[in-house]
Amino acid sequence: MDFIDYYKILGLDKNASQDDIKKAYRKLARQHHPDLNPDDKEAHRKFQQINEANEVLSDPEKRKKYDQYGENWQHAEQFEQARKSGQAGGGQSFHGNPFGGGEYSSGDFDSGDFSDFFTSMFGNGGGRSRTTKFRGQDYNAEFQLSLREAYTTHQRTFTVNDKSVRITIPAGVADGQTIRLKGHGASGINGGPAGDLYITFQIAEDPVFKRLGDDLYVTADLDLYTAVLGGEKVMETMDGKVKLKVKEGTQNGTKTRLKGKGFPVYKKENTFGDLIITWNVKLPENLSEKQKMLFKELSQL
Amino acid sequence: MPTNNDLIAKEEYCMHNNIEVAFIDRLYEYGLIEIRSVERKQFIQLDQLQELERFTRLHYDLDINMEGIDAIANLLQKVKAMQEEIRALKSRLHIYTLE
Repeated sequence: MDFIDYYKILGLDKNASQDDIKKAYRKLARQHHPDLNPDDKEAHRKFQQINEANEVLSDPEKRKKYDQYGENWQHAEQFEQARKSGQAGGGQSFHGNPFGGGEYSSGDFDSGDFSDFFTSMFGNGGGRSRTTKFRGQDYNAEFQLSLREAYTTHQRTFTVNDKSVRITIPAGVADGQTIRLKGHGASGINGGPAGDLYITFQIAEDPVFKRLGDDLYVTADLDLYTAVLGGEKVMETMDGKVKLKVKEGTQNGTKTRLKGKGFPVYKKENTFGDLIITWNVKLPENLSEKQKMLFKELSQL
Repeated sequence: MPTNNDLIAKEEYCMHNNIEVAFIDRLYEYGLIEIRSVERKQFIQLDQLQELERFTRLHYDLDINMEGIDAIANLLQKVKAMQEEIRALKSRLHIYTLE
């Protein structure tokens, strides 16, 4: 755990007045606030640092303690013991990761996560939230799937707030698609409605198949002789092998479209996109003398 | 049609969130939120709360005035549309990474 220089985060020196701190905080908050930087994790992280710095420096008591102990923060605990401490942890943010494989983050900015440094010095009693909450906070989760997993419908159970949530992930879900589970966020306060749970799917790239919408793309090697003379070729698709007829004189880079052999269409049962094969004609290498001779003969015909 | 369960009285919302009713009225004037009137009482639809909370943070936490909020709301819509477009373009681009 490292010491955090809150003055540096806000770009201030130690003599900064409360007004300077307020101005610096507002300026930086306007730059990095998550509301103004949708889907920007770096901004979110920065905002948390700025928020934490402000939390400490704008509170005379906290600032005094921070200034006094600063880099010797390990001794701060003694300071704390010497005082009559009665702060109760009021943070309502959810810690831990309820989603196996998923990444979880709270959508609440007021009582967001504090660093270990902050917690060791000031406990969890931060988050002087301006507002009295009404609607419960939203939860955001990211869920990783492979392309092959996204190909089939399956069910997953998550635990959120000690409650089990069973969701069905329909086949054909798109990369970056977010589903909203209404009322599965934090509980509301003062009779307010619960927040929502947003799950964003991240679909990893497949080494073989590329997906564009409902279509799949694949590049397949074709030997010269089959390309020239035509023939048959067995191809791997997402749902098994298919035998294909290759036309005589198939040029390198030619595309063949297999209707209905692509990706399942989201929430449309038994409807699939197409599989587009791009042929990569391979020229024979390390020719034998006889092959060379025959090629020469061919070229002179 | 929203039912009464989907509505919260404007004053009640303001009380719980410690904000002025005038702020909500101004958001409405700027066309940023909708207000429903039922028997002379004004209500906010619950599915607008997320957006309303965002406007509240912009105003009360970041000191942004109504004109600024209005401009931000428009720009955010554009940012989101562009992010969506970039995502779609990136996914098109991935097809060529095999070749």
